This record gives sequence, structure tokens and C-alpha cells, in this order.
Amino acid sequence: MFDNFPLWPARASTTAGNVDALYIFLVVLSTFMSVAIFVMILAFAAKYRRRPGHAAEQIEGSTILEITWSVIPFGVFVVIFVWGAVIFFQERTPPRGATEIYVVAKQWMWKLEHEEGHREINELHVPVGRDVKMILTSQDVIHSFYVPAFRIKQDVVPGRYTTAWFRPTRPGTYHLFCAEYCGTQHSGMIGQVVVLEPSQYEAWLSGGSTTGSLASTGQALFQQLGCGTCHRSDTQGRGPNLAGTFGKPVLLDDGQTVIEDENYIRESILNPSAKIVSGFKPIMPPFQGIVSEEQLNALVAYIKSLNQNPSGAAGSPTLLPAGTQPQAPKVQ
Amino acid sequence: MATVVNPVAERENYLNQEYGVRSWLLTTDHKRIALLYLASITFFFFVGGLFALLIRLELLTPAGDLVQADTYNKLFTMHGQIMVFFFLVPSIPAVLGNFLVPLMIGARDLAFPRINLLSWYLYIIAGILMMHAVLTGGVDTGWTFYTPFSTAFSNTKVIEAGLAIFVVGFSSILTGLNFVVTIHRMRAPGMTWWRLPLFIWSMYATSIIFLLGTPVLAITLTLVIFERAFHLGIFDPTRGGDPLLFQHLFWFYSHPAVYIMILPSMGIISEIVPCFSRKRIFGYSFVAMASIGIAVLGFLVWAHHMFVAGMSIYAALIFSFLSYLVAVPSAIKVFNWTATLYKGSITFSTPLLYAFGFIGLFTMGGLTGLFLAALGVDVHVTDTYFVIAHFHYIMVGGAVMGYLGGMHFWWPKISGRMYPESLGRLAALIVFIGFNLTFFPQFILGYLGMPRRYWQYPPEFQVLNVLSTAGSTILAVGYLLPMAYFLWSMRYGKHAEPNPWGAAGLEWMTPSPPPTFNFEETPLVTWEAYDYGNIDLPKEVPVER
Repeated sequence: MFDNFPLWPARASTTAGNVDALYIFLVVLSTFMSVAIFVMILAFAAKYRRRPGHAAEQIEGSTILEITWSVIPFGVFVVIFVWGAVIFFQERTPPRGATEIYVVAKQWMWKLEHEEGHREINELHVPVGRDVKMILTSQDVIHSFYVPAFRIKQDVVPGRYTTAWFRPTRPGTYHLFCAEYCGTQHSGMIGQVVVLEPSQYEAWLSGGSTTGSLASTGQALFQQLGCGTCHRSDTQGRGPNLAGTFGKPVLLDDGQTVIEDENYIRESILNPSAKIVSGFKPIMPPFQGIVSEEQLNALVAYIKSLNQNPSGAAGSPTLLPAGTQPQAPKVQ
Repeated sequence: MATVVNPVAERENYLNQEYGVRSWLLTTDHKRIALLYLASITFFFFVGGLFALLIRLELLTPAGDLVQADTYNKLFTMHGQIMVFFFLVPSIPAVLGNFLVPLMIGARDLAFPRINLLSWYLYIIAGILMMHAVLTGGVDTGWTFYTPFSTAFSNTKVIEAGLAIFVVGFSSILTGLNFVVTIHRMRAPGMTWWRLPLFIWSMYATSIIFLLGTPVLAITLTLVIFERAFHLGIFDPTRGGDPLLFQHLFWFYSHPAVYIMILPSMGIISEIVPCFSRKRIFGYSFVAMASIGIAVLGFLVWAHHMFVAGMSIYAALIFSFLSYLVAVPSAIKVFNWTATLYKGSITFSTPLLYAFGFIGLFTMGGLTGLFLAALGVDVHVTDTYFVIAHFHYIMVGGAVMGYLGGMHFWWPKISGRMYPESLGRLAALIVFIGFNLTFFPQFILGYLGMPRRYWQYPPEFQVLNVLSTAGSTILAVGYLLPMAYFLWSMRYGKHAEPNPWGAAGLEWMTPSPPPTFNFEETPLVTWEAYDYGNIDLPKEVPVER
């Protein structure tokens, strides 16, 4: 019954060691402070207990002491703050070139899709030693993507993308938990992350069947929805040319500039008139409720892929006659 | 001393001045209203405690086997809502604050006695609404009401529970208003601000939070109720709303609410420690200003509950830093209480044992708060049992220990009777042991990664959960024991002297229990608080050993 009784979580990512180091520092510091205070209280209680011939000595206070025990703790706090902030910055800044995994959470399962097009449910296979960036969204309520062995956690919020990243350091199978209460089967919304040696991972990839990469799914959808009618690969389109724009600043018609990230693409598909690119008219119909989260991910992946091959599908001649309205998808 | 018959026992006092249900339900005497509150919050404490025990019993095994998943979700939701809004927030202010604020400053009553009664009635209306919601199906959103789950997905009594908490908030606001006006306007001659007992300073700081924070909770709950009823789209992303907006609004109240729970207990500790070490408090003005500092800074740290919610990195940095700032005044208090013991003459009576328990457990709760404010560590431990353990060390190890310490300290004044001292010490020890056994294993569970609000869990977490459940049964005994001997003492306890502890403070200069208008004549204050060296008081706490 009690054969498996760990007191420390597995340490399986590059972040885990950093978090553990600060945690251990904090444990040592707290233990020292607690013991110091307990010993003082017990020592005073014993030494100054009431007994015949002993009376209390009235002491008003000491400003020097007050300043000392305000300033020294504050100095220690600043050290902890900076240390914690440095780890956090690292946790929140995905390295360039990370493998991307699109995650859609829903009550009560995790749906994960690899760039190569492999789909998984409640299970994620990743190779050891490679940076992995998660692009997360939820179909319903707030969930939270939590892998204790990696020491990472990120809330998954409906209506937007959040991101998290990790680099696994040790092959094995680790818990994936939902850490934000999400209803009846919250505690059943668990899965596992399987970290494989690179060769095993390649074998796993080639073993699964896919319908093509996520970007190619997005490309098909892009054509099916008629996006290419306006978003042409030249400057003649009624919408902006999307090739090579990802990650770059976009000038809006109100004079503001935004960086084109996943959330901007997402918003521009679902609610295009929210931020109009300078020089264009708000004529694109909203796709809120028309494309599913998975389709949206495919479209985002496709638009991002245009950075690598700018002469990609956006440049291919549109198959739809001009003036055709975009249609609701029949996928799924 | 024990054999001396107390000649003032039959004297007219606030308890025997009038009899009958009507004399209680229509009273405007702050002391009787305090007792009305005492009965009501004790009821809710045991309801919330029962839910806690059921939660612990379910977690005895990894499988979800005792109750259904939906039932479990309702249990932790209603445990939180009842304990926070119907026990912890009103506990010390509405019971001990109500009883003691006028007595400690030498006033006949609070500034608005009828509003005081109204605030109890609001509490009762809210309590009935809450119990109705509990008994007709319950609510399963978590005490935090996170959107869009609460507004668009839960099928339970969200509106009714929200309404109950909306109403109980007005009870808090009126109590806070009453205290602020009373402390400003009704201090006895000579009772200057720098002579106020530290319990009054803590009540003043708490009242500021009641007045400034609670309206935001009311607004937030109104928005949730309207969104749920009329699908407004304030928090719903499919209608252009923002679910994180809810979290900002909710924590803007609910983080300061933590200080509503802990500041009053700190005030009690600042009364108990000087009395039982026969010394003035070390650094009076620093302890007093630390209360105000906590109340003010407490409003600036709310988003530290949201570091992984999808907030900007830079906002997270600011809130992390401010959270460390608010830790400083808490540390000041702990150091000053410890220093007060130095060169004292210490008697280990029950209230002091609770005070020691408070200082120890609050220190551990505060230090583990440093872990949670450290951004990199928080990412791992937030929403796990580490957080559960941390806030129970503050709210139960801190706030409830302080409340029990205060109840034992002032029980002779409230009831006119002494409780059995040896049983009192035993109960304090049982609570301390039971508490640590219940909650310490949860720190380890949290770092291992067990998420909170889990009905079932992986088997490797079982050993620590068994320890925790075992602790909770000990804790339950520790809580039932004082309840039993307090009730016993009301009939069989020895009559209490006006000042059984030889304590400084105006409340001890009037008989126990006090007459309806508190003082035979308005006191004139010519001394500082806790001036044990100069006030004519016994050199030792006058209890037999």
C-alpha cells in the first residue's frame, strides 16, 4: 500500500534544478528563522518564568533594534525577489527555435497537436534535450497545464493563447495535471508526459499516422475558407499580405503598433475589426464561432509557416472566383 | 482566593438585566450583540468544520470513494465560503471587537447601537440564504467563484450563494463603520491615540479594510450574478469579455480580506503577551503602525494570486516586490512580541499558550509566504497543497489560534466565570499538535505537485494524506473541548473577579460581567497602555498554580 512514498518530486527539466535551488535556500532560511524565534521564545519563557524574587523589568523599546529587524529582513527579501524573478523570466521566455505543441484544453481532457500533425489526448511525447514551447488555449473554462517534474505551470484561458516552455533532461513518464479547478472531473483531467530518447522519439513519430503537418492542414483550411481571396501574396489584395509578417511589428490604422504574435493572429481571425492594419478597410467578416480551436491553431501554424517559405500557399492563386463570400468550414 | 465568595455575583449586569428572547433579539447593547454573533459564528464554524472533516475523510484513499466528485467539489467550496465569509471575517471583530471596543476605550456603547444590531440581522439573513443554498443542492465553484466556470458552466446555486456573500459583506461594512466612528469620537478623557490598546489599533486597521475592500467584493459578486442571469459578457471571452478581469476584482478584496482575518488576532496577541509577562509591550508605536502598514500595503498585492494566470511578466514583477514589502510589518510584530518576553515574569496560563502557538504558526505561515511571493517558485507551488498549507497556517494557525486565545483571555469578563485552567492548557496543546499534523504534511504534498481541489489523486500521495486526515481528527477534539468547558463554566465555573489576570486595560476596571452601560462612571485615563511598571496592578498574574 505504501511502497511508493516520495518526499521530493522528480527533476526532469532544465528549469527544475533552478527552482529547487531557490526552494532549498528558502527552506534553509525559513528553518533557521523559525528555530531562532522558537528558541528565543522558549529560552525567555524558561529564563524569565515567574518565580519568587524575580520581577519584570520594564523596557519601552529600541528604535535601533526596530530599524535593524526591519532593514535586514527587507534586504533578504530583495535577494529572494531578484532570484525568483530571474527564474521566472527564464520560465516565461521560450527560446528561439523551440518545437511547438498546440494544446487545447476542455472539460475534462487535454488535446495536444504536434507541428508534424500528430494528435494526442492526455499524453504528450517529447524528445529529451529539445526545447518545447506549448501554445495553450481552452475551449470552455480556465484550466492549468502543470507538470510537477518540470516545475512548470501555466493557466489555460479561453479566448486567448498562453505559452509555456520546457526542455526535458531525463527520459521517463511524468504526471500532467490540471491545476485550476474546472468542474466535476477536475481531478480526472490528468495525463502524462512521456520523455523519449531522440531515436525513440523519431520511431514514435514515424509510427503514428497523420493527415499531414499542422501547417498544411492550416493551408488547406486557408483555401477552403477563402482567406486567400483577399490575403494575396502581392500588394493588390483587399487584406494585408501575410507572408513573412509573423513576429514583426504591425502598424495599425489608429497609429499604434502591435507585434504580430499568436494572440494577434487569433484575434484578427475571430474579431478582425478589433485591430485594423493601416491602409486597409474593416471588411473581413468575424470567424468567432465558425472555426474551432483546433482549426484556429492550424491557421495560426500556417501563417507562422509563411515566414519560412514566403512563397507558400498565400501566393498560390486563389481557387475561388472573386466576390465569393467566405464559407463556414465543413471540416469535422 | 478560590474560597472567597464573590459578593458581586448577584449584582446587576448586562446578562441578568433583562431576560427573555425578546430582550436578546431587540438588544442594542454591544455586549449582547457580541454574544449573538458568538452563537451564530460558532454554528457556522462547526458547519464549515464538518465539511472539512468530510474532505479529509475522502482524501484518506487515492480513489474517489466516499462521496461523488460533484459532492466533493461542493464540500470544499462551501467549506471555504462558510469559513471565510461566515466565520473568519466576522469572528474576532464581530464577537470580541464588538464586546471590547467600547470597554477598552471607556465608552458606554458603540457609536451606532442600532446599526450594530442591524449588522447582526444582515449576517443572519445572509446565513439563512447560505444555509438554504447549502441544503438545496449547494454550490461547486470553489470559494473563489472563478469565471467563466461560475458564470456559464456551473449548474449549482451560484446566484444564491453569491447573494448570501453580498449581504454578509454589508454586515462587515456596517461593523467597520461603527468601529471607525467609535474609535474616533468616543474615547474616554485622557485616552489619546498613543494610549490606545493595540487591540484597538488592530480593529481600526481592520475596519479600514472592511470599508474600502468589501464594496469591491459586492460589486464583483453583483457582476457575477448579473452575468450568470443575463449573459452580459463582462467575463465571457466568447462575448468579448475577460475572465482575468474577474480575478483582479475578486482578489482586490480577497487579499486584503486575509488581513481582515489576521490583524485582529495580532491585536489579541499584543494584549496577551504583555499581560502574562507583566511587561509593557516592546516597541508600542512600531506594533501599532505595523497594523496600519499592513492594512495599506495589503491593498497593493492582490495580483500575487495570479502569477500563472496569463498576466504580463512586468506586472508580476511589481506584485512580487510589493508582496515582500508587506512581509516587513508582519516580521516587525513577531520580533516585538518575542522581545516583550525578554526580562518579563512569565506565567504560562492558557491564553499565553495560545499566543505562543499563534507566534509559532504565524511565523511558519509568513515564512512560507516568502516562497509563494518568489515568482520562480510560485509557478511550481501555486494551486497545489503548498498553498493550502500556507494559508491554513495563517488563517487557522494564526487567526483561529488568536481567536481562541482571546476567547480564553476575555471569557471571565464576558461570562463572569472562570473556565478550568488545566483543561484549557490541554486543549491548547491538542490544537497545536493536531494543527501541525494536519497541515505540515501538506507543504510536502504541495512541493511534490499534488494540485488542490482534487477528489482523487495518484497513489504516491497517500501517506501524507493519511497523516493529514489523522491530524484533522485530533484538531477536531481540540476545538470541541473549549466549546464543552466554556458551556460548562457558564453554570459551574468559579465566579470571576473584575480583573482575574491583573491585566492593564479599562475593560478590567469594571466588574465581570460588566454592567449594561459598562462603567459606573466614565474613566479618566492618565497612563499608557500596558504600563505594568506604573499602574497599580499585581506584580504577578493572580491565579493559583
